[in-house]
Amino acid sequence: MSSTGPIKQARKSLLWLGVIFLISAAILITGVLSGKAALAPKLALDLEGGTQMILAPRVAGGDAATQEQLDQAVEIIRQRVDGTGVSEAEITTQSGRNVVVSMPGIPDTRTRELIQASANMEFRAVILAGSFTAVPEDQRLAKADLPKPTAKPENGSDVNWVDAALYQKFEKFDCPTELGQRSDEEHEADEPMISCDPDVGQKYILGPVEVPGADISDSSFSMARGQQGAVTGQWAVNLEFNADGTKKFAEVTQRLTALEGAQNQFAIVLDGTVISAPRSNAVIPDGKAQITGNFTEESSKALADQLKFGALPISFEIQSEQQISATLGSDQLRSGLIAGIIGLILVAIYSIFQYRLLGVVTIVSLLVSGVLTYLALVLLGWSMNYRLSLAGVAGLIVAIGLIADSFIVYFERIRDELRDGRPLPSAVEIGWKRAKRTILASKAVNILAAVVLYIVAVGNVRGFAFTLGLTAVVDIIVVFLLTHPILQLLGKTKFFGEGHRFSGLDPSLLGVVPLYRGAGKVRSFSPEAEGARGKKNAKAASEATRRQTIAERRKAATSVSAPTTQDDSADKDSTNG
Amino acid sequence: MGNLATWGNELYTGKRSYPFTGKRKLWLSISAVLVLLAILVPVVKGGFTLGIEFRGGSEFTISQVEHTEVPIGEEAVLAIAPDHQPRVTNIAPNTMRVQTDKLTDDQTLEVAEALSGAYGVTKSEVTSTFVGPTWGADISKQALIGLVVFVLLVALLMAVYFRTWKMSLAAIIGLLQVVVITAGIYALSGFEVTPSAIIGFLTILSYSLYDTVVVFDKVRENTAGYEGQVKRNFEELVNLGVNQTLVRSINTSVVAVLPVASILFIGSYLLGAGTLKDLSLALFIGIIVSALSTLFVQAPLYSWLRDGEPEIMRHNKKIDEHRLAHA
Repeated sequence: MSSTGPIKQARKSLLWLGVIFLISAAILITGVLSGKAALAPKLALDLEGGTQMILAPRVAGGDAATQEQLDQAVEIIRQRVDGTGVSEAEITTQSGRNVVVSMPGIPDTRTRELIQASANMEFRAVILAGSFTAVPEDQRLAKADLPKPTAKPENGSDVNWVDAALYQKFEKFDCPTELGQRSDEEHEADEPMISCDPDVGQKYILGPVEVPGADISDSSFSMARGQQGAVTGQWAVNLEFNADGTKKFAEVTQRLTALEGAQNQFAIVLDGTVISAPRSNAVIPDGKAQITGNFTEESSKALADQLKFGALPISFEIQSEQQISATLGSDQLRSGLIAGIIGLILVAIYSIFQYRLLGVVTIVSLLVSGVLTYLALVLLGWSMNYRLSLAGVAGLIVAIGLIADSFIVYFERIRDELRDGRPLPSAVEIGWKRAKRTILASKAVNILAAVVLYIVAVGNVRGFAFTLGLTAVVDIIVVFLLTHPILQLLGKTKFFGEGHRFSGLDPSLLGVVPLYRGAGKVRSFSPEAEGARGKKNAKAASEATRRQTIAERRKAATSVSAPTTQDDSADKDSTNG
Repeated sequence: MGNLATWGNELYTGKRSYPFTGKRKLWLSISAVLVLLAILVPVVKGGFTLGIEFRGGSEFTISQVEHTEVPIGEEAVLAIAPDHQPRVTNIAPNTMRVQTDKLTDDQTLEVAEALSGAYGVTKSEVTSTFVGPTWGADISKQALIGLVVFVLLVALLMAVYFRTWKMSLAAIIGLLQVVVITAGIYALSGFEVTPSAIIGFLTILSYSLYDTVVVFDKVRENTAGYEGQVKRNFEELVNLGVNQTLVRSINTSVVAVLPVASILFIGSYLLGAGTLKDLSLALFIGIIVSALSTLFVQAPLYSWLRDGEPEIMRHNKKIDEHRLAHA
């Protein structure tokens, strides 16, 4: 009858746990076999060694940086760091306020400067355009044919900027190589420079800076409109200059529009690389320019963003910089793990001392929680690049206690039910019903705390909050799908069901008075409980009363044998109250 | 085990009962005094010992050193930054720690190199931390925001779950008391306040309420429909709930404290300093204070908050009459 229900349920729950376990393991094994995932969780820098910089953006003018600006800044820093050849650098924003740069090893001075520097955007006129790659040696100009400046250059488009040395350098300049190395050459604002446009595959000799990026006041993207104002179906990037920029840009366009060929173009240079080199079709007197071309919606947005934020001189102040030696990192990891194992052993000993064989259930549940947490950490490391930090390890160790508590709450509830004289299987079911609520409510507090901490916190705190939240979820899974089903099954065994001395559920130790006391005497329920029924809060009231009157029930049941002690207890009760 | 279980039984049936709510005036007064003391301790001691993250400055940890002499470390620093008085300490076997005032970012790197030479280790054995002066303030501000947001949300959650804001209020007041007392003890210990310690404090928030929710859940169960019986008055019902969960409270505290104690031990003796030590000290104190606070502050406070309600006063009167009649 009722006995088949819980068993079936228990098997189903265990099956579900098995399914969760197998699926995660299968995903992991696939990942490992395909070489994309590792078997160990990814470690953060404080455990692995390396450098972590936390940078606070400083926007010129003292405004706070917006999330968009930060994202753009991260993009710029990423390009710069990648350019220096540092592999595996991770650059992220944190809480929408800081930029965190993590990289293995110790960065050189140049890399550190690059990370801190503000984006450098400028407008330069194109003097000469050439092929993206280096000109083959046999096709280069003979020495006699090299350009010789005849006069001092008059303006930014003047070919007199190009002398023999610059031209030779231009011929040799191989964009794929140069972009790969991201040369750290400083480009003087009043000197010509060589730069590449990777999008169209051109390299240019550019004149001195005509308009600095800081003069851009806004930029956006939209559908271009024709002369009559009709939408042409082309995407365009709109640019707006401030007063200064408007004046300078008007002069530039006036000059360029009259010129032909490459000299008709001006280049928008970001950190030394040309991001766009549009032709100048008309004089722009009002500082409102529109760039058209083969834009898609995406590429026009990308350019508009670059113009908008690249122009904003965000620089970064190092808030904290940590260079952690690999030795210290592994020391810390080892200590953390030792602490965890000692903690686990202590908890195991205490559980066995307190709950005898039930303690074994605790240990098994803890171990399974450990395995599930491990799987989650590895999978998150793979999919979300989650890295375990020392604070995270501390979170895991603290979680041992919090996880074990769910089992304690549950076991104590079962004991309470046993004390009420229920047989084990129904004590398990009813105890579970009550414990479930408590466990869910208390875990909700934990998860809430973890989520709030994770969202609000900076730095180390997040790693800690993350593992704390993760283990709370794992705990719920384990209690529902493992601990409870195990107890349902154990309740049917003779060892536990009859309350063996070592089962941790020995009724005689729990002061249980069996319902049926032999010779036809049945323990009676208290009249108060009867009276409470049918009232407004009947169910709860009867429940509450039932629980409070065990002493009385015992009194009723054992009045023959030990009336005095019962009176005693009743007295004590009321005087304490 | 036998005795413990019997003790548990007696607590459950009410045969044995500790007056958590009965002597609530005493407990609440004691805790008020403790809170005052906890506030006074840092004041008398001249504030908390702030970690480098809050002062700003540079810190170097050198692992696997050949020798542990202090002067050579000081010389190495002074050679590069003559006007900074470094603090060099041997924090663990083979590990030295050097702290300085605010060096510039570049000086930090140079000092790291000088120290690796001074202690005969490769550059990769030197861990350096440069902290800007605003970083600590930044962390504290965020932690404070976290605290406020969490308290508001959790107060709401509990009020909804328990269907009485008084439980929520009692829990939150107890929570604040836990944080203040823990901070006081932490200040007394002379440990540095670091971001890790802040993490510890924030965790205590969660732990303290977690502990309270478990006990309050039992109290709620016991007090549901209290008006339908005349055996115990409201306050006694609350007390019964606390006593019935006493075994759980003790077991939970022990189980929670054991791993934390092992981190504290390992962190202090093997590593000397750092994340683990500060975090675990804050947690160690906090868990014990939280568990005591649930028993001696939050539960008594709840019964006290409710006792003024007319319905409960009426019920109390009914019980007094009933007891008189059956005396």
